[in-house]
Amino acid sequence: MDFAGHRVEDKLAEGAMATLWKVRAADGSLHLLKRPKLGMGSHPACFAGFETERMILERLGDPHVPAFVAGGDESEDEGGPWLIEELVAGTSLAEVAGRAPLPLDEFTRLGTAIATALHALHRQNVVHHDLKPQHILFREDGSAVLIDFGLAVHGELPDFAGDAVASDHHPLGTPAYIAPELLRGERGNPRSDIFSLGVILYLLATGRLPFGAPESLTGMRRRLWLDPPRPRALRPELPEWLQEIVMRCLAVLPQNRYATAAQVAHDLSHTQQVVITARGRDLKGGGWRAAARRWWKTVTAASPGRQRAADLLARAPHVLVAIDTEHVDAALADAMREAVRRAASADFLARISCVTVLDASLFAGQDDAGEIERSLRTQRLMALHLWARELELSPERLRFHVLDGSDDAGPLLDHAREHHADHIIIGARGSSALRRLLGSVSARVAAEAPCSVSVIRPR
Amino acid sequence: MKTAVLSDIHANLEALVACMAHARRQGTERFVFLGDLVGYGADPLACLDLIRAELSRGSLAVRGNHDEAALGGLCEDLNFIARDAAYWTRSQLGAAERELLEQLPLQCRDGAALYVHASAADPGQWEYITGTESAQRCLTASDAPIVFAGHVHQPLLFYTAGEAIKTFAAGAGVAVPLSSRRRWLVLAGSVGQPRDGNPAAAYQLFDETECNVTCHRVAYDHATAARKILAAGLPAMLARRLAYGE
Repeated sequence: MDFAGHRVEDKLAEGAMATLWKVRAADGSLHLLKRPKLGMGSHPACFAGFETERMILERLGDPHVPAFVAGGDESEDEGGPWLIEELVAGTSLAEVAGRAPLPLDEFTRLGTAIATALHALHRQNVVHHDLKPQHILFREDGSAVLIDFGLAVHGELPDFAGDAVASDHHPLGTPAYIAPELLRGERGNPRSDIFSLGVILYLLATGRLPFGAPESLTGMRRRLWLDPPRPRALRPELPEWLQEIVMRCLAVLPQNRYATAAQVAHDLSHTQQVVITARGRDLKGGGWRAAARRWWKTVTAASPGRQRAADLLARAPHVLVAIDTEHVDAALADAMREAVRRAASADFLARISCVTVLDASLFAGQDDAGEIERSLRTQRLMALHLWARELELSPERLRFHVLDGSDDAGPLLDHAREHHADHIIIGARGSSALRRLLGSVSARVAAEAPCSVSVIRPR
Repeated sequence: MKTAVLSDIHANLEALVACMAHARRQGTERFVFLGDLVGYGADPLACLDLIRAELSRGSLAVRGNHDEAALGGLCEDLNFIARDAAYWTRSQLGAAERELLEQLPLQCRDGAALYVHASAADPGQWEYITGTESAQRCLTASDAPIVFAGHVHQPLLFYTAGEAIKTFAAGAGVAVPLSSRRRWLVLAGSVGQPRDGNPAAAYQLFDETECNVTCHRVAYDHATAARKILAAGLPAMLARRLAYGE
């Protein structure tokens, strides 16, 4: 059987779900071949996991995951489906974890590398959902690689692994590392991976698992209410920043954890900037005292005091979004929407105007110029609405304008002055020869605008 | 090979032209018109001209309940507005258009895909696929791995997961892989009268080589389409709903 020109060499491992082989390509390079266990008696999750991994790996382009090489979808008679990916020759975190507790410098170095890899994954809209030492490898340059995406979920694609969870009511994941919300069947939150990252950091710092390795669902559920022993209670020599970071990753409610793995990576690489709270200092969990303190804080919260109009205005900016409906670049549109979303959520009273420019002089003199212009105007207006749909903002916060003019910058600047725009969000133009010749709209808007201008580039 | 599946066009020329142009830009080589080519909209003749030209170049089409209503009968299963529109459409059609509609099959199998307007389970009964039970009936009635259907005017994917049927609402422009170990029912959405709250025209791009399907949403000049509906004397509600996609 041919695997895209690869010759099968050694069997590397045989698990419950899949079998792994080392294969050699025609050019001599080594890759990893993965084949799911199918047929009689195999768990339906075997294929769902394989399918998920293939679907997701195919879409990821990043040094922090193994590169996708090839895949086949042959029928069972012909040998079944298979997948070839990069064979990452590196140290597994599982080996390193055997030496835990680690020295602090190694702890921060490895932790930063893992969090960086995790953030790269999250930025590609994927949540791993089975982060554990066995699924983390380190390349020679020290960067981390995440493997095994059988339980992962991509934000834009069907959740095949989740379907399998729903059908047999047993949470999918590894008991020692699984986040509490996954026990309730909530999938797709990147903060679930941050919890697992917290378990890993806890293990590396203390040599112990915060919740042990429970075998029953009841055992796993203890993490919904039970605080794990504080790392500094186990090893008093550990610094407060370390406990602060680890315990913030391990918060029961996802919203109390770090928002992104990038923030974890930043804290781990700038430990002196970590703000220490009781979470980092205390050697014991909160108990009834913490509950009483929260109650006390609520009833004694200070009144907002005297308010000023300027404060309110500052929280209600007018944000003008300049949209090119004719040269749609999906990555740029996504980056722009992200910028608008940030502006809208930073200031909950912000109003967002989506504008584009239509040059009606192009049809002047034609018989049906009025008709063409009317039609194009409607189409542009509708394109603005379509663009803004994904913002998911309530309609009263959004306005739409098709401006007239023969260049793009002039009408935008006029509109911004006329309507007291506080902020213009505009996309950077590509660098084609034509663009250089004509000059850039965003550059002129940035130079002449009466307010701040954000020039957005796709990541 | 890429096939654009255009369903529920409903004689909306502006939407049809916009979707066909969009699909050509995506590299589509042929079209499948998934029924309800006419009814509701003001341009049955122009739409059928465009469709006829594509059919002569290897595109496919199936019959919808509104195409059938435009050919004759009392249309007692249609509501008053749909019936008015069907009678108006009937008055517009010439012999050539009637002949084209009469020749449309109820369903059409092509490779791995079955194309049908409403449901593969008794296609002439025009059953709406509104949940996993009707989706299951549709899939059971055919042995095609992939079934494309319209009729409900909302894009949605159904797929088998073991014994169960799951649904997935794909985002616009996202290519969803159709793995060969599942069966797939793709509800195409509507070109000419979207009803999912998004007024942009909807169609599916089926890539048989890569085996994936992408739902596209296309902004078009709905105001002209609405104006023509009013000018033709068709019920005003048919014009109004185009602006809201409801």
